Amino acid sequence: MAAAAAASPCAEPAGRNKPDNTAFTQQRLPAWQPLLSAGTALPLFFCVGLACLALGLGLHFSSGTIRELELDYTGAPGSGHGCSRCANASRAAGAEACTCSLRFELPERFPGPVCLYYELSNYYQNHRRYSVSRDNRQLSGDAAGLRSPATECSPFRTDPRGLPIAPCGAIANSRFNDTFALYHLANGTFHRVPLDNRGISWWTDSNIKFSNPALLNGTLEATFKGTAKPPNWPQAAYLLDSNPNNTGFINEDFIVWMRIAALPTFRKLYRRVREGNFSSGLPQGTYCLNITYNYPVLSFQGTKKVIFSTVSWMGGKNPFLGIVYLVFGSACILTGFVMLAVHIKFQQQNQMDVE
Amino acid sequence: MLRWIRQQLGFDPPHQSDTRTIYIANRFPQNGHYIPQKFAENRIISSKYTVWNFIPKNLFEQFRRVANFYFLIIFLVQLMIDTPTSPITSGLPLFFVITVTAIKQGYEDWLRHKADNEVNGAPVYVVRSGGLVKTRSKNIRVGDIVRVAKDETFPVDLVLLSSDRVDGSCHVTTASLDGETNLKTHVAVPETAVLQSVANLDTLVAVIECQQPEADLYRFVGRITISHQIEEIVRPLGPESLLLRGARLKNTKEIFGVAVYTGMETKMALNYKSKSQKRSAVEKSMNSFLIIYLIILLFEAVLSTILKYAWQAEEKWDEPWYDQKTEHERNSSKILRFISDFLAFLVLYNFIIPISLYVTVEMQKFLGSFFIGWDLDLYHEETNQRAQVNTSDLNEELGQVEYVFTDKTGTLTENEMQFRECSINGIKYQEINGKLVPEGLTEDSPDGIRLSLMKEEELFLKAVCLCHTVHISADQTDGIGDGHWRANGIVSQLEYYASSPDEKALVEAASRVGVVFTGTNGEGMEVKSLGKPERFKLLHVLEFDPNRRRMSVIVESPSGEKLLFTKGAESSILPHSRGGEIDKTRIHVDEFALKGLRTLCVAYRRFTAEEYQEIDRRLHEARTALQQREERLADVFNFIEKDLELLGATGVEDKLQDKVQETIEALRLAGIKVWVLTGDKHETAVSVSLSCGHFHRTMNILELVQHKSDSTCAEQLRQLARRIKDDHVIQHGLVVDGTSLSLALREHEKLFMEVCRNCSAVLCCRMAPLQKAKVVRLLKTSPEKPITLAIGDGANDVSMIQEAHVGIGIMGKEGRQAVRNSDYAIARFKFLSKLLLVHGHFYYIRIATLVQYFFYKNVCFITPQFLYQFFCLFSQQTLYDSVYLTLYNISFTSLPILMYSLFEQHVHPHVLQSKPTLYRDIRKNALLGFKPFLYWTILGFSHAFVFFYGSYLLMGEDTSLLGNGQMFGNWTFGTLVFTVMVITVTVKMALETHFWTWINHFVTWGSIVFYFLFSLFYGGIIWPFLHTQDMYFVFVQLLSSGSVWFAIIIIVVTCLFLDVVKKVLCRHLQPTSTEKAQLTETGSGINCLDSMCCFSDGETACASVRRMLERLMGRCSPTRVSRSWSSSDPYYTNDRSILTLSTMDSPTC
Repeated sequence: MAAAAAASPCAEPAGRNKPDNTAFTQQRLPAWQPLLSAGTALPLFFCVGLACLALGLGLHFSSGTIRELELDYTGAPGSGHGCSRCANASRAAGAEACTCSLRFELPERFPGPVCLYYELSNYYQNHRRYSVSRDNRQLSGDAAGLRSPATECSPFRTDPRGLPIAPCGAIANSRFNDTFALYHLANGTFHRVPLDNRGISWWTDSNIKFSNPALLNGTLEATFKGTAKPPNWPQAAYLLDSNPNNTGFINEDFIVWMRIAALPTFRKLYRRVREGNFSSGLPQGTYCLNITYNYPVLSFQGTKKVIFSTVSWMGGKNPFLGIVYLVFGSACILTGFVMLAVHIKFQQQNQMDVE
Repeated sequence: MLRWIRQQLGFDPPHQSDTRTIYIANRFPQNGHYIPQKFAENRIISSKYTVWNFIPKNLFEQFRRVANFYFLIIFLVQLMIDTPTSPITSGLPLFFVITVTAIKQGYEDWLRHKADNEVNGAPVYVVRSGGLVKTRSKNIRVGDIVRVAKDETFPVDLVLLSSDRVDGSCHVTTASLDGETNLKTHVAVPETAVLQSVANLDTLVAVIECQQPEADLYRFVGRITISHQIEEIVRPLGPESLLLRGARLKNTKEIFGVAVYTGMETKMALNYKSKSQKRSAVEKSMNSFLIIYLIILLFEAVLSTILKYAWQAEEKWDEPWYDQKTEHERNSSKILRFISDFLAFLVLYNFIIPISLYVTVEMQKFLGSFFIGWDLDLYHEETNQRAQVNTSDLNEELGQVEYVFTDKTGTLTENEMQFRECSINGIKYQEINGKLVPEGLTEDSPDGIRLSLMKEEELFLKAVCLCHTVHISADQTDGIGDGHWRANGIVSQLEYYASSPDEKALVEAASRVGVVFTGTNGEGMEVKSLGKPERFKLLHVLEFDPNRRRMSVIVESPSGEKLLFTKGAESSILPHSRGGEIDKTRIHVDEFALKGLRTLCVAYRRFTAEEYQEIDRRLHEARTALQQREERLADVFNFIEKDLELLGATGVEDKLQDKVQETIEALRLAGIKVWVLTGDKHETAVSVSLSCGHFHRTMNILELVQHKSDSTCAEQLRQLARRIKDDHVIQHGLVVDGTSLSLALREHEKLFMEVCRNCSAVLCCRMAPLQKAKVVRLLKTSPEKPITLAIGDGANDVSMIQEAHVGIGIMGKEGRQAVRNSDYAIARFKFLSKLLLVHGHFYYIRIATLVQYFFYKNVCFITPQFLYQFFCLFSQQTLYDSVYLTLYNISFTSLPILMYSLFEQHVHPHVLQSKPTLYRDIRKNALLGFKPFLYWTILGFSHAFVFFYGSYLLMGEDTSLLGNGQMFGNWTFGTLVFTVMVITVTVKMALETHFWTWINHFVTWGSIVFYFLFSLFYGGIIWPFLHTQDMYFVFVQLLSSGSVWFAIIIIVVTCLFLDVVKKVLCRHLQPTSTEKAQLTETGSGINCLDSMCCFSDGETACASVRRMLERLMGRCSPTRVSRSWSSSDPYYTNDRSILTLSTMDSPTC
């Protein structure tokens, strides 16, 4: 008890300069001192490995139950696709909307709710110049923002006449404007499948982050007076939808578009099938998808796809997680065995070293 | 004019002439032959800044640091061009760092100012206009006559004019200059010595011409011209009339002297090297890592820029229809765009060089250094002194020391000589309680207090009392006659001063046992033998010289006998002895030497009247001879000192400090070479070296001493080198003296180094202060560039302390000079082992891991940014939000590493101290070498790849990850990468931690929790003052996905998996001795209990926790753990005493 003996004079006034004898100052704080040796690591490896294998199997099967169907409707020249006509049609002349339709078979029943996505590839929403080209203040319904958009929006800040563009910026201007209508062939006739456009954007986006400017004279049109539509839009923002709760800046398609994608190939949620006869899913059979083809992608060698997908707790079809867990679990167990060999071989030697 | 400018710029030295002319009391000649000279003020300046130049100079100094300059550039770039991140992200931390450092340096400089003012403002007395004027030290000018009283230090270099003694002599001690504690006699020129009062001095008209200031303490050449009425008397001046600043007046009431060198031109100041910023090896490697990272950064930025243009060669990528440029962008020049793109990438990736590294390192060093001062093991109970840290910059350098240069007197020894034993007439005596007790008799032997001494004893003691050059402090001789002593008591009133501490110890011992030397009186020496005063007439002194290694006196006893007393090394006395117990004495002397005592033999010779007459005549002839005086004197001395009757021998202990031997042994085991550098005599130094274990008895001692010419020195060196080569089995020790050393260094540096490197111990004696520094520098600059440490206690060690990588001051008797100039100060030499082996080791491990980890975590941080550029057309899109970019280093990942670097103990301190060899594991900056650096860097890159591509594979499959089918955007992707990164990097730190205190737990898990809470908070609000709302609810959305949770777990585990495998395999396949030492501390769970139990304060404080733990574990077995390492420890053998905290058993549990 040398430490204790040295501690006792601490109380005497003579030891004024004497350091305090506490666990902290003497660097003797109680501490857990784990050692990463084969002995401790071995059980860990086996446990983690087994757990990963189990989880991996679960994830793999979970992902396996998800149904997904991809339809490419880019209509690249020479593909002989039904939409080639529209793709080749000159954009400048596009006063008249070009429509094309796709017929496809659903090989099995897709249990509801089925999500309808569109996918663009080679499209760089994450380009810096593009991604900053928006005005959050304007989109949040700020009156000043509406009249004088942020400089980041250039060159889509004002139109040639000097009127502020609403919504301003490259992102808004390039809004995806293809539309889809789905028909199911039943008893020889095509029945329109109702597509639900509610709740396709994040709740916080459509309810808090985005909102329309305060109404003037009770109409959105009056509010937007004095602003210009984005050059690529056929009509002004307040005419996006007939539903007053889904028009202007709070149009959900628009909001989905405004959440820019991380990577150059991306999907965005378009509609869900969860109403009427199809609330329990899409039955097996023949379908027809009518596409209003507006959005040009050929100039940058992009593609356009439509995806039907069911969802589970883990989202869409994603084999990645299951595979990774399985691979890692096996690697872990394999390493565990190697470790065990090393441990047995060197245990003797270590003990000798220690002694 | 041109010359003036050159002078002002410092091209020409300000003094052109070789001499300076000083008019005493500044009485300039009237005839106009006077050229005004400019002398330095008597002001010592050790501070760096003044109030006015602080801001510019400090900023300049700070921006000279590569990193600070780099951040300044980045900040300026961000201000100038359109960059992906806001200038605040780099401006704010930079401002913070600069301010904190400036405050710290300002405070330190303020302390230096205070110390300077104290010295410069000290009161001194100066003779001016006929009177004694009190003024401040800084006001003394060259030419002033200064009065110094007893026990004061000289404020300037003075030429002695007069003292209160008739002969104009005075005694000084230069302990604080060269470490010699003896008294030195200085004398004034006879013409001025008579001017003993202010009034007399006022009449003096004289001029001193002397050389310009130089550093050599023992050289002074000058002359004084005294105008006496009309004639002029010229007298030479030598070092014996120069009183040095820093020396102390002893034994003399007061002196007057004229100031010749002032302020920074004094010999003391010239012997100090300017205080240069010392940089540790870790900081140097940190800087080279910085440069490597700078290259990586530039490479990434250049590559990105080139790829950007390669990619965007086609218009459809450069400017697709949906993403058009502004007119301004289209029209800007291509080159300008290229440069600005490059700079933007630079800014985007600049976080790879972590600004917070410097702040963290500074904080770690500053806070960490408290542990040294707090350490009870470094606290010296007797002097009530704790260890002191003057520079926290060098903490980790304590773990890198390869050479220790130590002073001897006051560092290894207590600087106290003590008489222990003697041998008289073949009988061994010991001094016990002021009595000489013959061997075999105990103190309380039947005859009790022996009031009489035997004849031989008395003669022996008288010989000891008479044969010396001891002085008695003047004002105490008066009171002696009053009988303040007892026959067997201790006369405490006498204060002896001696040029040799041995003589002092002997005379003191003689006075304790009854034969008291009471002083010299004219030509007589007074001795009181058992109370009766006797007077011996001193006839001749045969001075000590190193060839004879003895000294003698010839005295006339009260009864008229002429006696010769001789004292010297046994090798120079015994062969000349004819009578006495020669054989027995020889045996005794050997016994004394084995005990580590310094031995002297004492003999006498009785002269007949005829013999004496002849001796007297021959001595007189030799002393007055004009030619070959020294040879002739030596002949006469040899003639006189023969046919001696041996009286006996003495054994004096130069008391070594406690545990010096163990400390030196521990240092040697740790792979540190110990050199002793001392100003002492050759013999003294060797004997101390032997007794402190620096030299072993089994060591082959090589000598390189007493070489006056270059050729003999070289020859000897070559011979030594040959001997070492021939005989490499046994250890060699080398003794060098100052003169030989300077010869060896001048021409044969390489050969000398070669010899030194092969010697396991080197002893340099007769060293001047600057020579000590020169030796240190020689080692420092040798090809291996070893890390050196100098330790000393006196002002003579200051230059060495400042020269070495780490300077340690001993808080000893010789003033605070060394402590003031040192980097660390400790009370005793023995503390060095804990300071180096434990604190140094810990600090090194801590800071090395800190540095590596910092670079690692920033590689992890920024590489995903780089990889992301491949997916966004190199458009400089940032992956993380600005707030995350700023806070990553500041708050999300800063505390765990800081706490690690304060508290980590990879091995128990006891183990480190009991196994000094562990110190070798970290030598040569082992943890910051190229290999570990590469390992950490590759680890960083691979982790970054795993984060990024893991997240990419998860999201890049472009499926929804949310249960409701909604999609994520780019910020969610970035946040996913960031979240994985924060967790991985923190858990990686956890893997490195061996010592988990509650603080570590708190900050490690707290950091992760804080990150989550902060992100929820930050994303939960629309921030009114922020321009973008990119992060709004991103984090919540991210966490609401089950897939993301699974992904986070698997990515983190994968990242650390390989690292864990590597660690485990390394530990088992190639364990370092540190790792083996860790293995021996088993039962880590109990260790914490143990350390608490055995800790008295901790015991009360943590009793409840302990009880709880006991209950949890169902046992308390500290005895099992208690030193499982000590029993199984191969190194823990004989020097159990090294353990400052002895084995702890914990009966309380």
